[in-house]
Amino acid sequence: MKVKQLSIFLENKVGRLLETTEVLAGQNINIRAMSIAETSDFGIVRLIVENVDNACKLLKMHDFTVEITEVIAVEVDDRPGQLARVLRTLQDNNLNIEYCYAFVERNQDKAVIILRMENIDKSIDTLVNNEIKVLTQEELFK
Amino acid sequence: MIWDKSIESMPLDKLKHIQSDRLKNIVKNVYENVPFYKRSFNLNDINVKDIKSIDDIHKLPFTRKTDLRDNYPFGMFAVPMEEIVEIHASSGTTGNPTVVAYTKNDLKLWATVMARAICIAGGTKGDIIQNAYGYGLFTGGLGVHYGALETGITIVPMSSGNTMKQLQLMRDFSTTIITCTPSYSLFMAEEALENGFNPKETTLRIGIFGAEPWTEQMRKKIEEIWNITALDIYGLSEIIGPGVAQECIGKNGLHIFSDHFYPEIIDPVTGKVVENGNEGELVITTLTKEAIPLIRYRTGDIVSLNYTQCDACGRTLPRISKVKGRTDDMLIIRGINVFPSQIESVLLNIKGAQPHYQLIIDRRHSLDTIEIQVEVDENFFSDEIKKLEMLKQKIKKEIDSVLSLSVDVSLVEPKSLSRSVGKAKRVIDKRNL
Repeated sequence: MKVKQLSIFLENKVGRLLETTEVLAGQNINIRAMSIAETSDFGIVRLIVENVDNACKLLKMHDFTVEITEVIAVEVDDRPGQLARVLRTLQDNNLNIEYCYAFVERNQDKAVIILRMENIDKSIDTLVNNEIKVLTQEELFK
Repeated sequence: MIWDKSIESMPLDKLKHIQSDRLKNIVKNVYENVPFYKRSFNLNDINVKDIKSIDDIHKLPFTRKTDLRDNYPFGMFAVPMEEIVEIHASSGTTGNPTVVAYTKNDLKLWATVMARAICIAGGTKGDIIQNAYGYGLFTGGLGVHYGALETGITIVPMSSGNTMKQLQLMRDFSTTIITCTPSYSLFMAEEALENGFNPKETTLRIGIFGAEPWTEQMRKKIEEIWNITALDIYGLSEIIGPGVAQECIGKNGLHIFSDHFYPEIIDPVTGKVVENGNEGELVITTLTKEAIPLIRYRTGDIVSLNYTQCDACGRTLPRISKVKGRTDDMLIIRGINVFPSQIESVLLNIKGAQPHYQLIIDRRHSLDTIEIQVEVDENFFSDEIKKLEMLKQKIKKEIDSVLSLSVDVSLVEPKSLSRSVGKAKRVIDKRNL
C-alpha cells in the first residue's frame, strides 16, 4: 500500500527544473503530480511518475541526485471536507505528517492526497481502519 | 630604544660563538630527553659530537608539523610535566591541534623577545598598548601581553572583536599602539568612519600587525586611514608565538632574534640551504627553549634572509623579508591557520563519505569570509528539507569546533563544482592579498 515517489535535489538556479523535466520528457515519462519544497539556495522536487525505477535510473545517468521515497496515496471524493477528514484522522491518532500535496483524478470526481508520514506503516493501518481508501501503486496508475 | 643592545647590535661573528654554544647544548638536550629526536638522529647516523659549531647545523635532520602531530599531545616535551607551566594549542593539519608548551624560563624568553619586538616597533614608556589579538589558546594575545609587562608599557587586554568598544576605549584611554591582525585594523577603521568619527583623529601612532600575510599596498592603506606607522611582526606558536621577528621603522625586513631562533633558508624541494639573499622556506632551530626545543623546524613560510646591518635602526640581527607565500596549501583566514585537509576530515566524519567540495574565500569590508560548497550526492541527500538544513548546520558547527572559524555552507548539485585532472582545485581564494 506504499507508493513510490521521486525526490530530486536541485540548486535554486535558473534552468535546473527545466532540465529535469526535459530529461523525463525525452523518455516519454509522464508526471502525474509535482511538489517543490524550496529554501533560498536549493529545493527538493517531488514527482509522482508511473515508471519510478526507470525515471530514477534515467535521472541518475544525467548526474542528478535523486532518491525514491515511500509515501501514501489516499483517494477521497473531490468535495469540501475530505482533506480535513483525512487530516483529522491522522491527528487523532498522533500521526505526524512530514509533508503532503494533492491532485485531482482525470476521469472521476476523485482527488488523491500524497502523504509523507513519520511512521508510514502505522499511518496506513490507521487510515484503513478508519475506512479511508489507501491506493496501491497499481491503483494509482490504472 | 633597543631593548637588548648587546645582542641586537652584536657583530655577527661574535654572535656566532653564542649560537654555536647554544646549538651544542640543545642538540645534546634533545638527544637525551626527546625520544623523537633520539630516533631521528640515530636513523640519520648523527653523532651529537659531530655538531661542533653553528656551521654544522645543516647536518641535522628537519622537524615537520606532522612530527608534532604524530607526537600529540605531549610527546615532544623535553622536560617533565611538573616543569610545564603553560600549554597552548593551534591548528593541526587534520583533527588534532598542534600543542605547544612553556617552562618558566620559556615564558621569560617569550617576554624578552616580545619586549625586543615592541621596542623595535618604536614602543616606549608612556605608550599605551591596545591589544586586540585574541586571548586564549591563540598565542597572539598573551605573547604581546607578556612582552608589554616586561617593558613596563601599559597594556589594555581588549582581545579581538567588540569593535565599538575597541573604538570607544581607543578614544577614552588615548591608546597609542594597536596590536591586531592587519585586516581587523581596516575593519575597525571602516566601522569608525561609518559611525561618524575619523580614525586619523585618534592618538594611535604605531600598529604592530601580524598573524596573517599582508602586502605593501595594505600597509599604505592602513597607514593612510589611521595616520600611523604600520609594522609587521612574525611568529609561529611552534617556535614561541609572536616575537620571532619584528620589522623596524626602516620597513625593509623583520629582525629575527637569531640568538634564540636560528634561521636557515632552504629549497623546499631539495632541502638544501640556498645562497644568501635568495628566497626559500624558512627553517628555524630554537637554541634555548626548554619545553619543546625544535631542531630545523620547517615553517612552510617562503622568505629571503638579509645579513647586512640595518641602516634604519643599526641592529645587526639578520632580517627576513615579509612572508611571500607558503610551501603547502595552508591558508590564513581571519588570522587563523586553515588546512583544507582539516575541512576534508570534518566532511568525511559526518557521513563516512568524502563529498566533492570547494572553498571560496573572499574578503568583504576587510573581513575574510569563507564559503564551503558541498556537492550533495546520494550519501548526503535526504528527501526532507529539515534534514538537509540540519546537515548544513552540522557541517557549519563541526568546522567551527575544529577550526574556531565560522563558515557559510552551501549545498550544491553533483558535478557542479569543477573537476581537474590531477590534484583537485579545492580552494578559490578571491582575496587580493
